Parts: sequence; structure tokens; C-alpha cells
Amino acid sequence: MITKEDVEHVGWLARIEIDENDADEYASQLNDVLNHFEQLDEVDTENVPPTYHVIDLVNVFREDVARESLTQDKALENTSSSKEGYFKSYRII
Amino acid sequence: MGEPMNISKIKSEIAKTSSEEVLNSYLEKINKSKINGYSTVYDEAVEEARDIDKNGHDGILAGVPVAVKDNISTDGIPTTCCSRILEGYTPPYDAHVVERLKSEGAIVIGKTNMDEFAMGTSTETSCYGPTLNPWDTGKVPGGSSGGSAAVIASDEAPVSLGSDTGGSVRCPASYCGVVGLKPTYGTVSRYGLISYANSLEQIGPLANNVSDVAIMMDVIGGHDTRDSTSVSQKTNYQNTLKDDVNGLKIGIPEEYFGEGIDPEVEESVWNAINKFEDMGATWEKVSMPNTSYALSAYYIIAMSEASSNLARFDGTQYGYRADGDNWHVMASRTRAEGFGTEVQRRILLGTYALSAGYYDKYYLKALKVRTLVKQDFENALSNVDVLMTPTMPTTAFKLGEKIKDPLSLYLADVNTVPVNLAGVPSISVPCGFSDGLPIGLQIIGKHFNESTILQAAYSFEQNTDYNAGRPGEVE
Repeated sequence: MITKEDVEHVGWLARIEIDENDADEYASQLNDVLNHFEQLDEVDTENVPPTYHVIDLVNVFREDVARESLTQDKALENTSSSKEGYFKSYRII
Repeated sequence: MGEPMNISKIKSEIAKTSSEEVLNSYLEKINKSKINGYSTVYDEAVEEARDIDKNGHDGILAGVPVAVKDNISTDGIPTTCCSRILEGYTPPYDAHVVERLKSEGAIVIGKTNMDEFAMGTSTETSCYGPTLNPWDTGKVPGGSSGGSAAVIASDEAPVSLGSDTGGSVRCPASYCGVVGLKPTYGTVSRYGLISYANSLEQIGPLANNVSDVAIMMDVIGGHDTRDSTSVSQKTNYQNTLKDDVNGLKIGIPEEYFGEGIDPEVEESVWNAINKFEDMGATWEKVSMPNTSYALSAYYIIAMSEASSNLARFDGTQYGYRADGDNWHVMASRTRAEGFGTEVQRRILLGTYALSAGYYDKYYLKALKVRTLVKQDFENALSNVDVLMTPTMPTTAFKLGEKIKDPLSLYLADVNTVPVNLAGVPSISVPCGFSDGLPIGLQIIGKHFNESTILQAAYSFEQNTDYNAGRPGEVE
């Protein structure tokens, strides 16, 4: 059972600010969906391996040779804030 | 009802007039349209059309307008996933599929409307407002590639690209009465596709007929080193277009005709199966016992992957940015204001499913159930060539009917999501109408065996006339 506090905690983990007025509705919708997911408990998955990929894949290697990539100007084209060729962010700590 | 357009007709139009004239007639139609199928209309495309008229082009799509879903990167054309968080974002590069389209002379006419970040079944969660179903504007077009299907049905583009994570090409193809293919996982490069759930999704074409879907696959399929899950398997898709299903073995999984299926949908699909029998195919019932668990497993995996993939949208490098005293506050507000509620819900659920103490219960459990669902397909397809099911259990539902109840929307995807869990190819083709709304037949094949499902779909199309008409113009 997910509570309003759980929603706010998960919101913090996901970096989504949860408005106090929305937390109750989220909690109730999340509970509905999680209750539906509970049906998986009845499936016997003992000795069943997990599937991460559906086709046989092997690691792809390439020579470590520099290739052309986006220019610095192009890479910065979409940011609202840059300085001296870098993205300008907010302080983290 | 108008006649549906196709690539070969467009090319003869272009030969008679010019690429510019054909493009302009489409642009005019789009500007008058009321269905809201496009998030961005690219008027500058006229320059490219003029260039092709002036210098010629020997590509298979020379001068042909193509509509591209708004989660596929297009150099110089805004690509927003129909989300406020990517407001104003214009990619500095083309997705692999867009490069391939351009190299064959196609002209990107615009970006199509979609559920925000491809999370939905109705195209109602777009920040640009919903797309309307051209057959009945009170109904949804399906989703999440609703724009890509609706613009084909209303002849605002002859062909389009969508993406399919859990049915997002096949569902709108079914609801809008067009053809839509989800290729085998790994067949089409995802380079430049903005990820939602990357172990499940593939880019796929939508068109008025199977031949155009095959042409589009010949253009966009093939190996690309920039997508590490891209496989080097090259099929000539147009070679598969033969009107012959003699000896084709069809499996009918009873689990796909279960609770909630509209009787008229069921009847149309059975009529289609009987038609295949008349044409020389045989059918037998098959059992896929884990089908009822596929939906939960799918949503847990998709949401978990989404919570990770969408972590990149934090206001730092591109898109919308809110204010805040530090990075955490800025990012949390950016994401609260930039993402719509369905996207937030899925990120929250995915974060929860991956969080300490719940990982085994939800995520790992879902991956194990995925193995069982995949085995169901392997077992069923070891005795038959293809599986046939209704694409959607019902026809298009009313706008606003399900949007307030997320779980009811998720349940609509019951017949499409297992295919993505297994990674097999699947096509939706029109197979009837109910109250004037199209019904879709889903044909599922073995891994990398698009040729068999395309041939079956082509043969069906040649011997029926379910896609012969198009809705009247929506004024």
C-alpha cells in the first residue's frame, strides 16, 4: 500500500517535485496499478531465468579511433545557459 | 470516401507535375485539417522539393512526402516527443531512419502528434492536444503514434513512421484503418529515436497498403553501428509481395479472444481467418498460457526502463528549465512542470519498481515472466507459420473516455504488448468495420521473418477491399 509519504519519497528519488494536492491522487492511482501487478505473484518463476534481451546479442567492439562528432557550438545550441563552451548548471551541493 | 493514396501514385503525380506541387497540395490540406495530426509542419520542405525538381533524384522515394513521429530526431526540425520538457528543442542531427529516408529522396513534411513520450494508447496526452480519428472525430485515433496513423487515413501524408513499444504503431493503424508494421527487435536502428523503453521498442512504417510498408522497410531496415542492438540482417521486403498463402499454417491463440473483446471485432477477425482458409491456408488453435500475465510484466519493464531513460531530462542541456536555488530543486521543478501527469506516473511507478526492497518483487519478477511469454511464442510458432489475433479488442473509443483511469487505458493494450516482450514482428491490417470504425487484424511472425507476415498481409489485401476507401474530408 503506497501512502502519500511514499509518493513524495519516490518523487524525490525520481527528481519530480510532487505537489501536496496531487500526492493523494497519485497514491490512489499507483495503488490501483500496483494491485494489478500483484497478479504476477501467482506465476511460478522458480528456475526461470530473466530475459533482458530478446535476440542474441554480443558486445560490439570497434577500434579506438577518433571520429567526427558534434561541434561544441552544435552541442550547446539547445541549452538555455552556457559559459565559455560549457553547459552552465546550478550548484549540486 | 476518397481513394487511398500510395507511393506509386504519388510518384506518377510528381512525374506529371512536380515534387513542389505535390508537396504544396499536401501542405494546403494539412493547413485546413481539423484532426491535429501534426505537432510541427515543416513548410521549409518546399526548398527540398524544388531541389529535387531542379536536380533530379534517383531514390526510390524521390520527392515523396513522409510524416515522421515527433520522437524521431530530425536535424533542424523541432522534435519534442509532444512534451513541454522538450519545448524548443531542435536536434542537431538526424536519426538513422531519417538519414535513410533522405538518401532515397523522401521529404520530411512534418512531425506527427503522439502521446507524450509515446506513453499512451489514445494520443490524448500530447502537449499539443489530442489528434482526432478521421473516421469519427469524437473518437481517439489510438496511440501512441496516433498522428502517424491519422494523417495517412486523412491523406495528409502518403506514408509515415511511428514507433512501437507496446503496440504504438499497430493500435493506431487498427483504429484508423491503415497498415502498420512493428519489425523484429533489432531490425531497424533506434539511433536518434528518443528512448522510452529501449528493450521493447522499434520504429515501424504506416501506410495505406502493404506494398508501401515493404518499400519503407527496404529504406529504413538494415544494420547501423550506432545502435548496439541493431542486427546485420538484410531482407528484400518488396520481394515478399506475392499473392500466395497456399499451405500457410495459421495459429489462433484463444487467449487473445478473451474477456472484453467486442463481438463484432471477433466476428471480423474470424471472417478474415476463414478468408485465409478459402485462399489455401490452414488454421489451428494454439495455446499461449502466459498471455494474461504479459500486460503486467510489460508495464513493469516499460516503466522501469522509462524511469531510467527519462532521467536525462533535467533542464541542463536542452529543453525546458525551471528556476531553483540548486540543481536538485531546479531539476525537480523542471520535471514536475515539464512532464505531463501520465509520464510522471510512469516514472514514479518505474522508480518504485526499481527501488531497494521492491526490485525482486516487481522488476526481476517481470523479466522472468517475460521469459515465459517469449517461450509461449516460441512454442506456438514452432508448429505454425504465423499467429492471427485482433490487433485491439475493440474499435476506437471516445475521446476522454479512459484518460482519467490509467489502468483502463493500459488494459486496452492486452493483445499488442506480448509481441514486444518477445521481440517478434507483427503487422496490423484492416479487416472490417463496426459502426463505421475500422477493425484491425494482427498477424504475428517468427523473429526476422517479416517476409511471411508481409506476404500473408499482402495476399489478404489483394483478395479483400477493407482498405479501398478513406474517410471523407474532415472540415
